[in-house]
Amino acid sequence: MVGSFVLASLPYSLFAQVNAQSQIQSPTDASSDLVPAQPMRPGPATNVAAEDARNDAGGAIIVSWEPSPDDGAGRNNLTAYTLLRSTSPLGPFDTVGTMTAGMTSFIDGDVIDGVDYFYIVDAVAMVPSPDGSLSSLSERSEPSVAVQSHAQWFHKGRINALIAVIILSGSILYFITQAKSGRELFIRKIAGLEAVDEAVGRATEMGREIFFVPGIEDMNNVQTIAGVTILGRVAKMAATYDAKLDVPVRRSLVMVAGRETVKEAYLDAGRPDAYHDDMVHYLTDDQFGYAAGVDGMVVRRKPATIFYMGAFYAESLILAETGNSIGAIQIAGTAQPAQLPFFVAACDYTLIGEELFAASAYLSKEPRQLGSLKGQDVGKFFILAFAIIGILLATFNLLDMSHWFTVN
Amino acid sequence: MKREVPLILTGVVGVVFIIQFFIPHEPFHSLADVFSDWFSIIESCAIWLGAFNLIKLSMDRLGRRILIPTVGVVSLALLYGIIAAPGFLQGQLPLILFLMAFLLLAAGQYSRSKMSDEWFLSFSTIVSFVLILIVGFGFSAGRRFLEPGTSFDYLYVNVYSPLSSTMFAMLAFFVASASYRAFRARNREATLLLLAAFFVMLGRVPLGDLMSSFMPEGARLSNFADWIMNFPNAAGQRAIMIGIALGIVSTSLRVILGIERSHLGGD
Repeated sequence: MVGSFVLASLPYSLFAQVNAQSQIQSPTDASSDLVPAQPMRPGPATNVAAEDARNDAGGAIIVSWEPSPDDGAGRNNLTAYTLLRSTSPLGPFDTVGTMTAGMTSFIDGDVIDGVDYFYIVDAVAMVPSPDGSLSSLSERSEPSVAVQSHAQWFHKGRINALIAVIILSGSILYFITQAKSGRELFIRKIAGLEAVDEAVGRATEMGREIFFVPGIEDMNNVQTIAGVTILGRVAKMAATYDAKLDVPVRRSLVMVAGRETVKEAYLDAGRPDAYHDDMVHYLTDDQFGYAAGVDGMVVRRKPATIFYMGAFYAESLILAETGNSIGAIQIAGTAQPAQLPFFVAACDYTLIGEELFAASAYLSKEPRQLGSLKGQDVGKFFILAFAIIGILLATFNLLDMSHWFTVN
Repeated sequence: MKREVPLILTGVVGVVFIIQFFIPHEPFHSLADVFSDWFSIIESCAIWLGAFNLIKLSMDRLGRRILIPTVGVVSLALLYGIIAAPGFLQGQLPLILFLMAFLLLAAGQYSRSKMSDEWFLSFSTIVSFVLILIVGFGFSAGRRFLEPGTSFDYLYVNVYSPLSSTMFAMLAFFVASASYRAFRARNREATLLLLAAFFVMLGRVPLGDLMSSFMPEGARLSNFADWIMNFPNAAGQRAIMIGIALGIVSTSLRVILGIERSHLGGD
């Protein structure tokens, strides 16, 4: 009795190890006949549930289950789960994927919308055979209920973004309407933009060129659009003052857009004769090749004024320092936060972030554009208010609002 | 129509892109990828506009009279290379061709033209363009031109990459010169900037912790430098990024509604 109790309480692995080379002796069998050992299957995964993946274009089902009792506990010999799928509860089931032990969910992204699917999870364990080798054994779960995948027409995880877009766009449109009605709008002075006139005038007086670098990104970047817009204003001033303008670009589409902009600006200023296509010219698509080309032009031709308006990356300091070394007046503007310190250090004036986007409205003084700046400020007000409220609530551990502002 | 069609297109595509962000259902789901592919195709085709413009400008600077002798010398150089090819390693051939053609052309044309900087650079541009074309199409195993061992790859690894790295390496010296100019105690803000830079630079090297070793763990210069980067600096960067995001929304709305048209060549 005591012996059988001791044997039954031993861990299975130890029991098998001790009798690895022989057949297992039944604890209650007093005879010399030995019973062949039957490897024990792992416990099955339970509560297999499947549901349509939310907020997607369809074709995906999320399957989840309760882990096997031998997954990290019990015999602790579970190695994997295998997910199987069928369009009928009776099968046949096809393997969809294999997950390591510990996982309790899987996204099946290979389903057809509107079709019923049933899922089964096989718990797989490596168990020792009577001959000492390891073999794979699995235990099947109960099938899930039928589930279909569908596409959704609205992404519910982005409601907060939609509200923000409506508030921001609404305020911008409201102030544009207000500005069109003739209401005076106050815009603070931006030093870099106030200096554009002075910079163009300096180039005219010195008889030297104005260089305009519209960033290194293509026309699909908002910063480049902002840069080309400012180019139009600068080109008009250059045409009026009869200053020479040179615009080296890195992208062909920017060259085309820049030429149109400069040509129209010269036409507006009444100087179509002074315009020629080669004022806006392509250098190279390569980042540092472009920087080398612009630097070479700066060192050889020594422009009086250099504008850097657009998206810049590592070449920003190379460009700005070279311009600084020849004594040019430099006005920079970018929305790349990492490059702003370099421009601030090397340039005379820097438009920081949103000032680049405000430049066009600021220089044109057009009411509709100035109105959009006021609308922007409303958005800033809301963000500031939520930031202060959130800080206070988080500091005193009252409420965590961070998930309200998370966009999925 | 020249301005109206782009405005309408911009407006329609802009509105569609806003809507597709909130509607996962097809066809909106794949619209962003489709338009992105279209833009990549247009961008790739447009690169020839820039390339031809560059060649045209360079040729204009060289002058038309250089064209025929240039072609002649390049052809001779290539012929020489092809005849001598069995004696050279595959990878060195294009570089030798490049050097030979360059020197021959420069020597041949030196007496004919004034060797100004602009002339020399335009000359180098034309020669490089022609030779890379020849190497890429003729000596680099067709579509496998990017594979290691081809002549094109040899030029890329041994000419282009070192040049690119050289330009990037210049940043180290430019940072030093810019810092030397920027970090001066001219006024209160500049002094604050100088102090912050001083602590961050010192905190990033072992000397900082050595100097502050008398302080308890967690209160040394490296910890102070980390605090400056993780709190005041991060707060400032986030504030700038919020402003940038609002600026992008405002500019995009102006472009979509057609209020901003300067990039299309109009007020």
